[in-house]
Amino acid sequence: MKSIPVSTTINGDPYEFLCAPDETLLDALRNRLGLTGAKEGCGTGDCGACSVTLNGRLVCSCLVLGAEAEGAEIATIEGMADGDELHPLQRHFIDHAALQCGICTPGILVAAKSLLEKNPDPTDEEVRYWLAGNLCRCTGYDKIIRAVQAAAAEMRGA
Amino acid sequence: MSLDEYQKREFKQVGTRVRRPDGVDKVTGRAMYGADATAPGMLTGRILRSPHAHARIRSIDTKAAEALPGVKAVLTGADLPAQEDDFIRDVQDNCMARGKALYDGHAVAAVAAVDAATAKAALKLIKVDYEILPHVTEVDVAIKPGAPVVLAGRSLENVPAGMSENVTSHCEFGHGDPAKGFAKADRIVERSFRTAATHQGYIEPHACLASVSSDGKADLWCCTQGQYFVRTLCAAIMGMEASQLRVTASEIGGGFGGKTTVFIEPVALALSRKAGRPVKIVMTRDEVFRATGPTVHTSMDIKIGMAKDGRITGAEAHLRYSGGAFPCGTVDMGAQAAFAAYDLDNVRTYGWNVLTNRPKEAAYRAPGAPQAIYAVESVIDELCQDLGLDPIDVRLKNAAKKGTKSSYGPTFPDIGLVATLEAAKKHPHYSAPLAEGQGRGISCGFWFNFGGNSCVSLNINTDGTVGVTEGNPDIGGSRASISLMAAEELGIDYDRVRTIVADTSSLGYNDVTDGSRVTFAVGLATIKAARAAVRVMCERAAKIWGIDADAVEWKDGAAVPAGPNAGKFPPMSLAEIAAVSFETGGPIAGHHEVNVDGAGVSFGVHIVDVEVDKETGATKVLRYTVFQDAGKAVHPSYVEGQMQGGAVQGIGWALNEEYIYGADGRLQNPTFLDYRVPVASDLPMIDTVILEIPNPGHPYGVRGVGETGIVPPLAALSNAVSRSAGIRLSELPMSPPRVLKALGGS
Amino acid sequence: MVKVRLWGSLRQAADGETEVEVKAKTFKELLDRLVETYPGLEPQIRRGVSLSLDGVIYREAWFTEIRPDAEVVLMPYMTGG
Repeated sequence: MKSIPVSTTINGDPYEFLCAPDETLLDALRNRLGLTGAKEGCGTGDCGACSVTLNGRLVCSCLVLGAEAEGAEIATIEGMADGDELHPLQRHFIDHAALQCGICTPGILVAAKSLLEKNPDPTDEEVRYWLAGNLCRCTGYDKIIRAVQAAAAEMRGA
Repeated sequence: MSLDEYQKREFKQVGTRVRRPDGVDKVTGRAMYGADATAPGMLTGRILRSPHAHARIRSIDTKAAEALPGVKAVLTGADLPAQEDDFIRDVQDNCMARGKALYDGHAVAAVAAVDAATAKAALKLIKVDYEILPHVTEVDVAIKPGAPVVLAGRSLENVPAGMSENVTSHCEFGHGDPAKGFAKADRIVERSFRTAATHQGYIEPHACLASVSSDGKADLWCCTQGQYFVRTLCAAIMGMEASQLRVTASEIGGGFGGKTTVFIEPVALALSRKAGRPVKIVMTRDEVFRATGPTVHTSMDIKIGMAKDGRITGAEAHLRYSGGAFPCGTVDMGAQAAFAAYDLDNVRTYGWNVLTNRPKEAAYRAPGAPQAIYAVESVIDELCQDLGLDPIDVRLKNAAKKGTKSSYGPTFPDIGLVATLEAAKKHPHYSAPLAEGQGRGISCGFWFNFGGNSCVSLNINTDGTVGVTEGNPDIGGSRASISLMAAEELGIDYDRVRTIVADTSSLGYNDVTDGSRVTFAVGLATIKAARAAVRVMCERAAKIWGIDADAVEWKDGAAVPAGPNAGKFPPMSLAEIAAVSFETGGPIAGHHEVNVDGAGVSFGVHIVDVEVDKETGATKVLRYTVFQDAGKAVHPSYVEGQMQGGAVQGIGWALNEEYIYGADGRLQNPTFLDYRVPVASDLPMIDTVILEIPNPGHPYGVRGVGETGIVPPLAALSNAVSRSAGIRLSELPMSPPRVLKALGGS
Repeated sequence: MVKVRLWGSLRQAADGETEVEVKAKTFKELLDRLVETYPGLEPQIRRGVSLSLDGVIYREAWFTEIRPDAEVVLMPYMTGG
């Protein structure tokens, strides 16, 4: 199969890469661009560990083709902090012990950021339903919900 | 280890909720997990797996695969050496079948190629000639004489003659005479239970990168709970010397016991040796479900007699566990744990391990205990209902305490069950009103906890900071706990300590991160390593002051003269001593190597409220509270995290998770879509109450906390669902179809 | 002499007893004496056993001292997850 050239923007930076027609965006990010922050937990869109945003929309990058990134704006976990300044979600995840092993954390942070952009003041239930596509096997979600709410409150200036 | 390790003290750092040292890396995507490693010239390894539950492998033709351009090595079981030791042979045969494929998903061949697409294409070119054999996937079928035999000749001497060859071991525990106890009972309940196999469900699939060079030296990077044990197993399988194989543990994306052995690591090493290039293997989720360790699945009979006042007069359990296609001893632990929470005069448990055509069981959080305790706690709850007794009062009446002869033999030292039950009883959750149709369940849980081999090196840097080197992968925040204990002992700030996890060439042997052992055992070794460094620092101060080393003591992070007779010198801080260490004799370090014993057993009590939807059979968890004796909680947030995470894994086990096999012996649900672990919207907050009853076997009173939390949820949920639905359930998971069926049958 | 409690399924290897007495001052001596006195116990001891001494479980530790009045219980070798 012939490779496809792709020009895209990731975390605000221009990127160009070649990928196979059947190659996922996740594989392209991880294997071609060295952006290994997105994780593959299932490859079937069930676990959310590979969450990124594509033109502002939260997607499982294992279900998107690399070729679909052509001309798109992609945001990954690597772009969440501003230099060495952590995003409030990242800071509150550390402060609230909202991660144990940390493998689901990049996907959950990307998903939570996407939620707060749409709904800055979600109820616990809204957070839980929004994050229902992101599996965490360590924490039982309790501290994740608390961390998201603490970050949301800070971001609202509450 | 003696029981006089513990000394009461005021903690300055231990018990605080500091930021974990790996936090920033993990929230920014920088942390390196198993699949994130790369090496120059790396090949991709893929594994061909049996589509049959049980089949003789007549031959494997790899010629076409080998001829495919880009394929650099092909491996089958014939490439691995014959092993004398049963244990090593089982591990090896599970990594790569020899002679027979024993379960759907069993590895039969592997390739290494220049990229994933070529490797995948090569797998399709491998021709395996299978002779399909009759299979058996259910424990109750496999135990019967005449059932298809999974592996012949593996029954231990303790298995009575005349049983199916699938029965590999038998055990019996207990004391007194249950028959006499039953004669004294006012009410006897006898029930049979079944629990499905569940998977640990770590989100990170197994991954490794192996590099064997032509001089025989090898490096292996992998996600594992124990790099040293990986080295032991791989060195044995590869016929290598331990010193020539360096294993480095990556960050680990969950394990829960499932990453305490090897699956792909020896395959990657063997492929790398054949190809002469580094080989990386990353499992797919399908492979994780089909070919890595789930728990045992079980079938159990429980009989308990109770007097009107709630006293248990006699108890008996028959446990039949199957850990898949290879022998395992998990039923021994279930049989010992079944009645451990109770002070009983007449108790007996019998256990049987049975082979089935399923993947080889791997440890899962308190292996063997949740199943047996689920069955026992369900019967106790039914007796409470029958006799109109309060479930906590009955458990308090029978609770094991100091001096109780446990159901597994030893007499308990100080334990925390009564305190835990009392905390549960007086908690507002227990007395909160329930609405119509809601049910409340409680259960006790127990786990042994272990210590084990632990090595720690602690280096005092010249700038007054400290490096701690330990050998246990950090699966839930242990680097923070270990740094806290080092800081506490040295009397310096937590931020001045950095703890790292060493590879196998950098430190002596460390047991696997399992058995709830790390904060307890590695913590103990850390404290002792710190004490060794303190001794050196006191000697250096003594030299500087020109006094006897015995006349110097360590106080608040500084050497001070031990009394008025020692002389008058201002305190010399760790940083001050470190700054002149080159001048006073050289770098300062402390180390400690030990096989730690004296882990304290731990008990938990869970309370859960549920509501069963009688239309759909779905169970909604409304409120959940965990009570657990943690000993000293070094980092309370991560102790709570263990309790919450264990509870939720238990909720999944109770309500949804199961391995479903078809009549063809194939696993029908090897995806996260069909093997449904709990998601955020399934759950309420999980409240926690930590009881800190010091473990006398640890200097700070630390117990293990990781495993006990998964034990009580199974029965707590079953008891709550049974009370909500008005019908007793006796099979896990209580998935909606099963609940509906039970309701229809009432 | 030290009294050692065995678990039920070892009874057949120890003349039907679940409590046996051997002369031993350490775990190592105790295991050696058990094997000498009851050869039927050897396969299990070779596979691995834990020992509980006054309620504390030891998995290895040959040279742990055993007082004559100590409570000693033989247990299967234990592992966790």
